[in-house]
Amino acid sequence: MSKESKVDCGRRRLVVATAAVGGAGAVAALVPFLSSMLPSERAKAAGAPVEVDIGNLEPGQMMTVEWRGKPVWIINRTKDMLDTLPKLADAVADPKSEKQMQPEYCKNDTRSIKPNIMVAVGICTHLGCSPSSKFKAGADEGMGGDWLGGFLCPCHGSTFDFAGRVYKSKPAPDNLVVPPHTYLTDTRILIGEDKKGA
Amino acid sequence: MKANNMKKFLLALLFAPIAALANSGAVHLDKAPDVQGDQAALQSGAKTFVNYCLNCHGASYVRYNRLTELGLTQQQVKENLMFTAEKIGEPMRVAARPAEQKQWFGATPPDLSLIARSRASEEASGADWLYTYLRSFYRDEKRPTGWNNTVFENVGMPHVLWELQGQQTLNHESHKLELAVPGKLTPAEYDKQVADLVGFLVWAAEPDAGFRKKLGFGVLAFLVVLFGFAYKLKKEYWKDIK
Amino acid sequence: MASDTQYEKYKSDGSLQGNALEWFDARFPATSMWRGHLSEYYAPKNFNFWYFFGSLAMLVLVIQIVTGIFLVMHYKPDASLNASGIPVAFASVEYIMRDVSWGWLIRYMHSTGASAFFIVVYMHMFRGMLYGSYRQPRELIWVFGTLIFLCLMAEAFMGYLLPWGQMSFWGAQVIVNLFSAIPLIGDPLSLWIRGDFVVGDATLNRFFSFHVIAVPLVLLGLVAAHILALHEVGSNNPDGVEIKKKKDANGIPLDGIPFHPYYSVKDIVGVVVFLMVFSIILFFAPEGGGYFLEYNNFIPADPLKTPPHIAPVWYFTPYYSLLRAMVWPILGIDAKFWGVVAMGAGVVILAFLPWLDRSPVKSIRYRGPIYKTLLTIWVISFFILGFLGTKPPAYAFFDVIPGAPIAQILSAYYFLFFLTMPWWSKIDKYKPEPERVTFK
Repeated sequence: MSKESKVDCGRRRLVVATAAVGGAGAVAALVPFLSSMLPSERAKAAGAPVEVDIGNLEPGQMMTVEWRGKPVWIINRTKDMLDTLPKLADAVADPKSEKQMQPEYCKNDTRSIKPNIMVAVGICTHLGCSPSSKFKAGADEGMGGDWLGGFLCPCHGSTFDFAGRVYKSKPAPDNLVVPPHTYLTDTRILIGEDKKGA
Repeated sequence: MKANNMKKFLLALLFAPIAALANSGAVHLDKAPDVQGDQAALQSGAKTFVNYCLNCHGASYVRYNRLTELGLTQQQVKENLMFTAEKIGEPMRVAARPAEQKQWFGATPPDLSLIARSRASEEASGADWLYTYLRSFYRDEKRPTGWNNTVFENVGMPHVLWELQGQQTLNHESHKLELAVPGKLTPAEYDKQVADLVGFLVWAAEPDAGFRKKLGFGVLAFLVVLFGFAYKLKKEYWKDIK
Repeated sequence: MASDTQYEKYKSDGSLQGNALEWFDARFPATSMWRGHLSEYYAPKNFNFWYFFGSLAMLVLVIQIVTGIFLVMHYKPDASLNASGIPVAFASVEYIMRDVSWGWLIRYMHSTGASAFFIVVYMHMFRGMLYGSYRQPRELIWVFGTLIFLCLMAEAFMGYLLPWGQMSFWGAQVIVNLFSAIPLIGDPLSLWIRGDFVVGDATLNRFFSFHVIAVPLVLLGLVAAHILALHEVGSNNPDGVEIKKKKDANGIPLDGIPFHPYYSVKDIVGVVVFLMVFSIILFFAPEGGGYFLEYNNFIPADPLKTPPHIAPVWYFTPYYSLLRAMVWPILGIDAKFWGVVAMGAGVVILAFLPWLDRSPVKSIRYRGPIYKTLLTIWVISFFILGFLGTKPPAYAFFDVIPGAPIAQILSAYYFLFFLTMPWWSKIDKYKPEPERVTFK
């Protein structure tokens, strides 16, 4: 093409400028396509907050509801169940819930808003199986003599206490997730939304 | 002068086909007022829709939470516009069952989400059709519902808004509609309510239309700038070519 | 021949990029492709407006594929009714329009792109007719092009069924029923195409498969063949003069310039202008006055209710007119069958142009009054046939002049233009072709 060994600066600058403007357009054009892969209004509507009535939940009982396709457990913990929690401070990996697995208002000893009502996503933080309840203390549940009660994940053996805290040296790295939730009344919980609105 | 007459003749010839085409075909449709920029009008239209239309017609592609784009809060939507749905993310479904409706009316009332687009034609917009239709019901004892419509002959739909408009009759000599019994609204007020309702249906048929046009201006502005650069670049390289 | 040229492999300048490129080029014909098809592909320097449409056709193909990929993420080819009584396929399109982030934009790009494809391709083909780009040695490029045109028509036809609106359904019903007109095998053939007794879920799903995978793959292959065939012999130009006849000491055509950078930079301007027109339609009139998105198609398909007036989408209408013009049974076979033959022949006859045209010059610039007159009438006929194809058969101009006989006359003319070409192209008066290209 050009016989000159010198690079034509004006031409080079124009190429760069045009490429820059065109490139900006191309990136902007990419946004709608990539955004279209985000959850649609239908997915968001299906994932909307769920209202639960716990009026009939007896102490010691657990109920399961579905939120965003996952099981959410609501447990009415008895005084005995709550008493196990301080005893396990050394047995669990994150006793003070330092890691953000729960909303700020559940970063406490019971990982809940009301001390006796536990709300947790029933999915093991290892690889996603749903743990089974092993509420009875002692050797009856087949968990060994010093078992105080909680949950056992059947897939790889992780165990959790009545506040969803994971035991040390188990495959699961984290405490069970506590979803954002708020009390509409004493007996109605809205799961999926904080008081300020999620 | 001869040239002038020739010009007039040619112009007449040019416009004659358009005049001919314009007169061919069906009922004359009135022009619907454009209320897309008027949020209060669209809100009023939404209210009319939910109170009068949603009993039989669905709008199953429109989610209730989208109504907040008309300047309403979620609370206002929940309290004033949601009668049969529980969650605000739900679509505006009709309560009745399609099979039963077919029995009662002879045809299932169509879903209205897209009616403002599907009723368009070469002659007039869908909004024009709807605006004229909703104001063209008249008493007809021969029909099972007691109502007929000059825009949609032998329609299965009764005049749901009759209490507002009153009762029209069709003068068979002049082919004009006359208000025999006045309704709760004056003709001007009724026209406004219908215009708002039609405006709502136009919005519901394509809620993103407003944003689409705004974005269009931005995209064209960008392309004009890009054209400037691309053209200069082309000219720069083509300086070499003789 | 272009493919005979041997290009030296890339030698690194010592830099990291240079070394990487040398490694790659030793194992892949990278620099030979770059040089053979771009930086040392010598194209005539006098390309004009009509020469933009090839690269624009490629651009639209890319737009359709990319938007298509993202639409398929959300579209469902299912004719059954959902809980609200709406066919799932139709509802999935409205889902894209309303619930998917930016879905409306992607949908409109695809629908506008479909119409844009035909406008661009018709202009591209017309360029071929104007400048004799189909003449020897470029016959094969033209034949590949005809095949691309046929594939494009199939692709558009099958794509149009997918939204499952009233026009989608009834248009498909009518066109597939045409195959039943073929003697002996017609009915079983239609049954086989549909996969059912009427156009239904089976048809929808297989058209989806063809539209998304089969035909696009064939199209990509044909486009590659089309361009390879072009580069093998070199491009024509508005004067119809072979630039390879006059080369310099280095074997480079005197009137040739390297495609890159000259035509890459010029085509970018063409692309930007195209995008401006495309955007005006997309953002301000996506329905195209009811021609790009037909009003009736906003109503879900109803197998029990035919709309009062069915017409194919605008880009098929000239050929639809040819089909409707055939109203007489011949040799004991239904007119319906001959209509299909006429429509197919209308497309296929294009492939024979290289052998029908006996003119001593290629380009319209040096052709005589017979050609210019006949071609002008042919173009006007094409438009009128297209217009009539959008109207019902009973249509009359100004409510007085019936359209059907006019369609028949113009359809006959359409074919006669080609069939008599070997004769009139020989007897026409010609101007001498120049030695070198001109800029007119």
